[in-house]
Amino acid sequence: MADNSQTRVVVGMSGGVDSSVCAYLLKQQGYDVVGVFMKNWDDTNDSGVCTATEDYQDVAKVASEIGIPYYSVNFEKEYWDRVFTYFLDEYKNGRTPNPDVMCNKEVKFKAFLDYALEIDADYVAMGHYAQIAKDEDGTIHLLRGADDNKDQTYFLSQLSQAQLEKVMFPIGGMQKSEVRRIAAEAGLATAKKKDSTGVCFIGERNFSKFLNEFLPAQPGKMVTVDGEVKGDHFGLMNYTIGQRRGLGIGGNGQSNDPWFVIGKNLAKNELIVGQGYENEHLYANSLDATKLNFIAPIDDYGDDFQCTAKFRYRQKDEGVTVHLNPEHTKVVVEFDRPVRAITPGQEVVFYDGEVCLGSGTIDHAYQQERLLQYV
Amino acid sequence: MKHIYLDNAGTTPMSAAVIDKMTETMKDVFGNASATNYYGRQARAILDASRHLIAQSINAKNDNEIIFTTGGTESDNTAIVGTAIARQEEGHHLITTSIEHEAVLKPMRFLEKQGFEVTYLPVDQNGEISLDDLRQAIRPDTILVSIMTGNNEVGAKMPIHEIGQIVAESNAWFHTDAVQAYGLLEIDVQADQIDLLSTSAHKLNGPKMSGFLYNRTDHNLEPLLKGGDQELKRRAGTENIPAIAGFAKAVETNPAEVKAQHRELYMSFKHQLLDGLRQNQIDVEVNGKLDQGELPHVLNLWFKGKKSDALLTNLDLKGISASAGSACTAGSLEPSHVLTAMYGENDPRISESLRFSFGAYNTAADIDAAVAALTAIINK
Repeated sequence: MADNSQTRVVVGMSGGVDSSVCAYLLKQQGYDVVGVFMKNWDDTNDSGVCTATEDYQDVAKVASEIGIPYYSVNFEKEYWDRVFTYFLDEYKNGRTPNPDVMCNKEVKFKAFLDYALEIDADYVAMGHYAQIAKDEDGTIHLLRGADDNKDQTYFLSQLSQAQLEKVMFPIGGMQKSEVRRIAAEAGLATAKKKDSTGVCFIGERNFSKFLNEFLPAQPGKMVTVDGEVKGDHFGLMNYTIGQRRGLGIGGNGQSNDPWFVIGKNLAKNELIVGQGYENEHLYANSLDATKLNFIAPIDDYGDDFQCTAKFRYRQKDEGVTVHLNPEHTKVVVEFDRPVRAITPGQEVVFYDGEVCLGSGTIDHAYQQERLLQYV
Repeated sequence: MKHIYLDNAGTTPMSAAVIDKMTETMKDVFGNASATNYYGRQARAILDASRHLIAQSINAKNDNEIIFTTGGTESDNTAIVGTAIARQEEGHHLITTSIEHEAVLKPMRFLEKQGFEVTYLPVDQNGEISLDDLRQAIRPDTILVSIMTGNNEVGAKMPIHEIGQIVAESNAWFHTDAVQAYGLLEIDVQADQIDLLSTSAHKLNGPKMSGFLYNRTDHNLEPLLKGGDQELKRRAGTENIPAIAGFAKAVETNPAEVKAQHRELYMSFKHQLLDGLRQNQIDVEVNGKLDQGELPHVLNLWFKGKKSDALLTNLDLKGISASAGSACTAGSLEPSHVLTAMYGENDPRISESLRFSFGAYNTAADIDAAVAALTAIINK
C-alpha cells in the first residue's frame, strides 16, 4: 500500500455517520487525518447550550475512537454574511432559495477549504455522496454518488475547478447501507445516528416559525387565476409552488379536488391557488436561469445541447435541451415533457449521464411561451 | 511527536510527590473522617494535618477558617452565593470586576436574577481596576466585594492589599479568587484583610476536584451543599482524604523559595518567547502588562493579522499545547470577555491572540520549540 502518512487530509466532520466513516476509512488508509467540526449557526439558549453541542460531542467520540485529533472552527459570520442574508433576500423576493447549495459554495468549499489549507491540508475530505474524476490534463469532473437515492451532486453543482481540486469524497462510491455497515463494524458512536433532515441551521424546527422570526409576515389574499378570493395567506414566503398542505380551503370550487399553490403575485401580495394535483398551471415546458456555473469547460457541447436535468433535489432526471446565450450567463432550458412545480430560486442542475455538468438558478418558468405566475 | 505543554493556567500535571502521597493514602486510609472509630481517626488525622498546613500557607489565624471544597469553582460559588444568602438582610449589593473567571461571573448573574444588584468594575488596557471606581461603588448595603488576585487570561494582578484596606472600612466582605495566584505568590489573609479566598489544587501540581475556601471564622456562610456536618457545617459530604492529602503535599512542596524560583523562571520564559518571536520578525504584542508585577506564568500575545483558531490548531498539530480563551460547548472559540473588557469588542486582538502559560515542568528548550513552531506557522 502507498505510504499515505505524509499526506494530511482534513475531514469536515458534522457528527453524522457519513463524515464519520470518511474519517475512519482515510485513517485505515494510513493518511494523516485531522477532523474539523464547523459551527455555522448560533442558537445558544439561555443555559448556554446550542444544537451544535451534541453533534460536536459525536465528532469528539468518533475522532477518539478512530484515533485522530479534532478541532472546531466557527464560521457563523461567514455563514450569516454569505448564506443566510442571501437566503432571506431570496425569500423577500418571493423565491424559494436553496441554502445548502450556497453553503457548499461559500462555506464548506470556501471558508472551510481556506482553513484546511491553513492547517497544511494536502486534501480536504467530505462525506458527500458524489465522486470526482480527473482527466489526464487535470480537468476535474463531478460524478453522481453511486447511491442513486443519496446522490448529492445537486448541492455541489455550483463548485469550481479550484474548489474541487483538493477534495476527496471517500464514500461517494458507496451505498448508504454500506456506510452504515462499516460504521457498525468499526463500532463508531454515530453508526446508528439518524440522518439529518431539512436545512442545516433550522434543523427539525418548524420552518415557517423560524422564517417569521427574521422576516415579518405580510398576510394577504389567496386567489384563483380568475381573481376569486379563496381565503387568507400568512405571508407568501411561507408557501412554495405545488404545495398542498396548510391552505385551509375546502373543496368548494369547480370540483372536490384539493387546492394547491400554483403561483405568487409579489406585487399584490397574493397567493395564487388552483385545484388538482395536476392543475395545468403547475406545469411548465421551459425555464430560464442565471448564475450559471459549469464544473468543467463545456466547449465540446456547444451552446445548444441535449442532456438531462434535475429541478429539485432527489427528483428524477428529465430530458432537456439547453440553449446558452453566447456569454454563458443565461440559459433557456426546454423540457422533453411538461414538468410540475418548477420553483424560482432552486437550482436547475445538468447531467450528461453520470457527470454533473453544473447548474444555474431558476428565474422563470414558462408554459408554451407564457410566463407562469410563480413570482 | 513530542508534545509540549504551555497551558499551565488551565491545569498542571500532578507532581510525583503528590501522586505518591495520594496513592499511599488511598492504599492505607479509607475511613470516613467523621466516624468515631479507628478508621475514622486515621482519616481525621490526615484531614487535620492537611488543614493546618494549608492554613499556615496563607497565614490564616485559625485552621477552622479552611473549608475543603472540590476546587476553585465551588469555592467561588460558596463565597458569593453563600455570602449573599447569609447577608441578605443587610444588603443586596455586590461588587466585582468585568474580568473575573466565569466561576465568579456566573454566580453573580445568578444573584442578579434573584433580585441582587451587582456592579461590574471596568478595567483599563492593563486589565486593572481603578481604586477610585471601587471606592465610589461601595455603598452601605454592599455585602460583598469579589476581586480576583490575578487574572487567568492575561495575568493582570489586582492591588489586593489596597482593596483589602478599602473594603475593610465598609460593611462589605472581601472575597478574592486566588486560583491563579496561590501557587506563585505569597498570600497573607490577615495583612491583606481578606475575608474569603478561593484556591484550586490542580493549578499547582495537585489533584483535580480539590481546593479550599478560606473563610474568616466570624463569618457565617450559608453552605451550598447541605447534609452532614463536615467542614464545621459549611460543606456537607464525606471528605476526599486522598485528594486533600495530595493538595497538602502540593502546598508543602511549594514553599516560598520554590515560588520565588518559579516566578523567576517563568518571567525568563516570557522574555525568551517574546524575544525569540521578535528576533524572527514575528509581529507580536503583549496583551496587558510585562515586567510590571503581573502574574509570571501567563503570557497573552497578540499575533497581528493571524486568527487564533487556525494558529492554535496549527500549534497543536505541531505538538505545542497553548490556549485562546474559552471554547463554547461546540468546541469553537468564544471571544474572550477579558480581552473585550480591556480593548473593546471590535479590537482585532480578540480574535488574534493566544495564551501561553508556564509550569514547573517547562524548560527553556520547550520555549525554543514554541518559538520555532510559531515562526514556521506564521511565515509559511
